[in-house]
Amino acid sequence: MRKADIAETICETAGVQKTDSMELVEKVLDIIKSMLQKGEVVKIAGFGNFVVRSKGERKGRNPRTGEEIAITPRRVVTFRPSQLLKKHVNS
Amino acid sequence: MTKADLIEKLAEEAPQLSRRQAEVVVNTIFDSIRDSLQRGEKTEIRGFGSFRLRHRQNKEGRNPKTGESVSVPEKRMPFFKAGKEIKELLNPGSTAPELV
Repeated sequence: MRKADIAETICETAGVQKTDSMELVEKVLDIIKSMLQKGEVVKIAGFGNFVVRSKGERKGRNPRTGEEIAITPRRVVTFRPSQLLKKHVNS
Repeated sequence: MTKADLIEKLAEEAPQLSRRQAEVVVNTIFDSIRDSLQRGEKTEIRGFGSFRLRHRQNKEGRNPKTGESVSVPEKRMPFFKAGKEIKELLNPGSTAPELV
């Protein structure tokens, strides 16, 4: 499934034009992204939480050469699925 | 931010929508992803990330209270992988190589 498929469903459920619905999907995603950028947790009831975690520097290896290198500290997004979503995908 | 906050923000940014429509838009997005996962399909959202399933094999677990051995059945787990755009947004100026 892709963004366009979601947009198409939105036309039906929300009764909006196709051109608008694509823009609305982008808007929702942009809002979520800007929250994550600020380091805020985004909690979607019945779906799951998007959490930003900070990772310290650690050692890694270039898998091709075997050379040891440092992986710089970074922020990553993790998704924690809700109980309801887990139940859903197993039903 | 909760889903209710997200709906409110969307309604502000898209004044052509009624409050109710904003709610339907947000719900439809997450319901669609959920249903796609339920069908065993993955969802790729350009500029955001992808949702797919990971399969957990059945394993022998233990009841932590009694120490009794129990079989944990195999199951499917929803899994999200953040896209490049999110990674760059959270780590501006980073030129670090893509390493997991």
